[in-house]
Amino acid sequence: MGSAAAPLLSVRELEVHFPTSDGLVKAVNGLTFDLEAGKTLGIVGESGSGKSVSSMAIMGLHRGTNAKISGEIVLDGVNLLDISAEEMRKKRGREVSMIFQDPLSAMHPYYTVGNQIAEAYRVHNDVSKKVAKQRAVEMLERVGIPNPDKRVNDYPHQFSGGMRQRAMIAMGLINDPNLLIADEPTTALDVTVQAQILDLLQDLQREFNSAVIIITHDLGVVAEMADDVLVMYAGRAVEHGPCKEILTHPEMPYTWGLLSSVPDLTGDTEARLIPIPGNPPSLLNPPPGCPFHPRCAHRDKVPGDLCRTELPLLVPGQRGETHTKRCHLPNPDAIYATEVLPEIAPDLAAGAAPTRAEEL
Amino acid sequence: MLAYVIRRAVAGVIMLIVMSIVTFALFFASPIDQASFICGKNCSPAQKQQTAAAMGYDDSFINQWWDFAEGVVKGRDYPDDPKLRETAPETIVHCEAPCMGYSRERGDTVTNLIKDTFPVSFSLAVAAFILWIAGGVLLGVTAALKKGSIIDRGLVGLSLIAYAFPTFFVGLILYKFVAIKWGLADIPRYTSIADGGVGGWLSSLALPAITLAVFFMAGYVRMTRSYVIESFQEDYVRTARSKGLPERTVTFKHALRAALTPIVTMAGLDFAGLMGGAIITESVFNYPGMGKLAVRASQDFDLPTTVGLVILLAAFVIAANIIVDLLYAVIDPRVRLG
Amino acid sequence: MKDEMSDESANAGMVGMAHEMADDRALAARAAGHGAAVAMPGAKPILEVDRLRMYFPVKSPGLFRRTVGQVQAVDGVSFQVAEATSLGLVGESGCGKSTTGRLITRLYKPTGGAIRFEGQDIADAKPAELKPLRREIQMIFQDPYTSLNPRQTVGSIVGAPLAIHKVLPKDKILPRVQELLEIVGLNPEHYNRYPHEFSGGQRQRIGIARALTLQPKLLVADEPVSALDVSIQAQVINLLQDIQNEFGVAFLFIAHDLAIVRHFCPEIAVMYLGKIVEIGDRDSIYSNAHHPYTQALLSAVPDVKQAASGSRIERIRLQGDVPSPIEPPSGCRFRTRCPIAQEICARHEPPLLQIGKRHKVACHFPGRLGQAPREPLTAGLLGVDSEGRPDPGASPSTDLVEQPGYADTWFDLDNKSIGRA
Repeated sequence: MGSAAAPLLSVRELEVHFPTSDGLVKAVNGLTFDLEAGKTLGIVGESGSGKSVSSMAIMGLHRGTNAKISGEIVLDGVNLLDISAEEMRKKRGREVSMIFQDPLSAMHPYYTVGNQIAEAYRVHNDVSKKVAKQRAVEMLERVGIPNPDKRVNDYPHQFSGGMRQRAMIAMGLINDPNLLIADEPTTALDVTVQAQILDLLQDLQREFNSAVIIITHDLGVVAEMADDVLVMYAGRAVEHGPCKEILTHPEMPYTWGLLSSVPDLTGDTEARLIPIPGNPPSLLNPPPGCPFHPRCAHRDKVPGDLCRTELPLLVPGQRGETHTKRCHLPNPDAIYATEVLPEIAPDLAAGAAPTRAEEL
Repeated sequence: MLAYVIRRAVAGVIMLIVMSIVTFALFFASPIDQASFICGKNCSPAQKQQTAAAMGYDDSFINQWWDFAEGVVKGRDYPDDPKLRETAPETIVHCEAPCMGYSRERGDTVTNLIKDTFPVSFSLAVAAFILWIAGGVLLGVTAALKKGSIIDRGLVGLSLIAYAFPTFFVGLILYKFVAIKWGLADIPRYTSIADGGVGGWLSSLALPAITLAVFFMAGYVRMTRSYVIESFQEDYVRTARSKGLPERTVTFKHALRAALTPIVTMAGLDFAGLMGGAIITESVFNYPGMGKLAVRASQDFDLPTTVGLVILLAAFVIAANIIVDLLYAVIDPRVRLG
Repeated sequence: MKDEMSDESANAGMVGMAHEMADDRALAARAAGHGAAVAMPGAKPILEVDRLRMYFPVKSPGLFRRTVGQVQAVDGVSFQVAEATSLGLVGESGCGKSTTGRLITRLYKPTGGAIRFEGQDIADAKPAELKPLRREIQMIFQDPYTSLNPRQTVGSIVGAPLAIHKVLPKDKILPRVQELLEIVGLNPEHYNRYPHEFSGGQRQRIGIARALTLQPKLLVADEPVSALDVSIQAQVINLLQDIQNEFGVAFLFIAHDLAIVRHFCPEIAVMYLGKIVEIGDRDSIYSNAHHPYTQALLSAVPDVKQAASGSRIERIRLQGDVPSPIEPPSGCRFRTRCPIAQEICARHEPPLLQIGKRHKVACHFPGRLGQAPREPLTAGLLGVDSEGRPDPGASPSTDLVEQPGYADTWFDLDNKSIGRA
């Protein structure tokens, strides 16, 4: 298991490129991060940011496709990119497992829920079908399915959305993996069910001491779940650090944009949302320099043509070694405090305790 | 389940009745006069009228259809003439229920005609069906699993060529080269099991069945290939892989099970359609099947035979539809009949 | 005004448009300020929905397919949408919010109730009578990928309503289409492109342009941004606000995202299993919710600010799933998941009581979070005792019919008296 010296998962300079007839799609570039046992990393980004592609790379699910992968993915001291396909298969579902966004399409419609969960157990454990099914019932009970001994024989379509996601979690955790990757686990669910599932994931993480990577576009989910946050844009990490630190003192304009473009439940309703202009870039022909510069409202604060010509490095900013960002801005903290925060949270910017005065 | 079958069967019978009316109506709407057609070229108006009366063609459309429908239920005499029954009963043909009519051109009841031709068409269809399903699905799956390889491209190319060749051309090539020139097979002549045993029956079917199967197989290779490729894109296949299942289990238990379901539908309907659709193959090999019968009947303006065949084939398609839907409910737990 | 980025270039085109359309609606909206429209008490309702019901039949599987049950997708929903403002309809999947939207656009024929658009009941209107109505009420759909015909150019998608309703001669359609594209922030020269050449956000703009073509007075927006990326959502929300401000369009805004609804709508109705459980202006719902379901919904929303500052309010955990709308629970439909349900809740359906100037709630125990009353407030009105059994001494109030809109008097829960406007 991971110790303080060696993290459970260590990703170094991961690159995932897909050759297509139109050219090379550079889905993930130079991704580096560590994750310790029992901790949660939130990966945030929009569609095409490379967050799902990199998690598929950790699962070894790009094997057998024409994807070009380089770098290192070290899980428990083993580089997953060096081992054979068969060795990787034996790790999938046992040491690292994954749950997906849409539990309806992620489960096979023709097999019972119990069959599909038991299958995940039997493939890594030499047990009879009966024992595996019993284990499936136990797991269903653990994730809070009522009458698990009956529901185990149901088909996925007979479950509600929330129950399906619970069943997916049961399937993912049945072999007690060290690492669980949850790809948008609550995006397809209603808000009260989302709350149930997030609670469940946290409980189980504590119980199993797994490391969790939660992939989402919802900063709110990250805020509730994650210890660390990694913000991705156009296949690269653009900001990385402890969750609270990133949410309270973000230093990268893309993160500012994510924070300012979603309304929250207490903000000023007279204020306009501040969207990120334009569209995410093409991964075939990413813009030169900083990939975010065409959409960045602060690029003229950087001297010269730096944003257009040079890719900024992911380096610590003004707030210590653990908080890294990929941006040329010399004084992001000041800009955030004087220009961004007053727009998205005037109450916090004023430095006063939050009041409801402006709303009433 | 039973209620569902009954409801579908009732709907099917109603459809058959409507179809028989439509077929009748089409014949009545055509410019050819039945009576003069039978009576011949040098037919005086009086003779013509006599013929029409004897055949019942002077009756109204509705009455004629009703007589037909009654015949299906009760059976019927041809000609239905009480005087003739007294004087010359041997000239009257009795057609037992279900009587589909009496073909003057063939000089036999339609029921008998179908009894003679059905085994030929059915044998041919079954043999071709087995060939094309086995070949089409196997090759299609192979192509999908080797997607992008030379094998895949070769199979896709071949199936396109096979699809493009007309059936009569394939049939003639097989007939002329395989059977006659190279002598690799007997010159095909239909042999029933009663006459030639199972071996004789099968070998008599080989060439026409292959001819028929080639066209369908080509279509099924492409269809299977695209379903299987699509199925490998499904989220649940990704789930199966992420559980660490061996690729063999992923392929056969997860991907193929879902991919082959729609093929069941297609296969069932194609089989039913083939019963009357093997016209060209039957003609090329001169097999006395229903397809050939249908062509001759329409050429000769033989209403009873045509109506009989239309209804029989429609009944096959309807039955196949019901069976396919039942199969679907067995295969896919999401489908509930009701 | 606020910082406006390049996507807001749309405004330029909109000003020109507004001159043609300058009528009371636009003026009313402008009076409401540049930001989100504000609920204006006394504003004329453009849409009034009165005890609207939509039951979908459930057929038996037997030989004769009798109707054995009904999915009560929408069951007695009443509300008003004032001119040039927005009503938000929130709730979880299956609560009937989308069905309500489809009823108002008359994609379905309601089982019962009235839909009064500008005073005219359209619930039973025949197809021919609906045609002029389709000009006035338009819909924006959720999925910009499937709601646009991939084989039609953007120009013909946006221009089709003009041709169908014969509002413009053929040669005037293209200039108008280009004008509309400019309004929604698309390049007007792209009228001959196909939907697949656009990104998701741009396609949603095309859908909005199509909806605007006939200058409708009411837009029903069904989850208009939930299929879009976060950064694009804000662009579309801002566009919708600009459109409302410039053209004075009223919105029925259907969404599950409570924060977006709060931002966009001055008035919100919360639905659960086909019924409105709480309706009111923004403050009443978001800062003063009195229904346990509304409170649970609000507490379940993951919130960046609260989590970051550590001041997270305790989450109310709702158990289980939403029950089937075929056999909804007796009495109050929320009672099976309600943390404060008592016996009366199983026996009687709570009436939608007005408890504030613009605030109604359907609960036997309405109260702020943690301050729900011990005794049901509704027992006297229903003529029952506190456990819901018939009370011979009490006579039920005859005045419990749920009307759309708000009355001038209400039950003031804080002072236990009648409040007056």
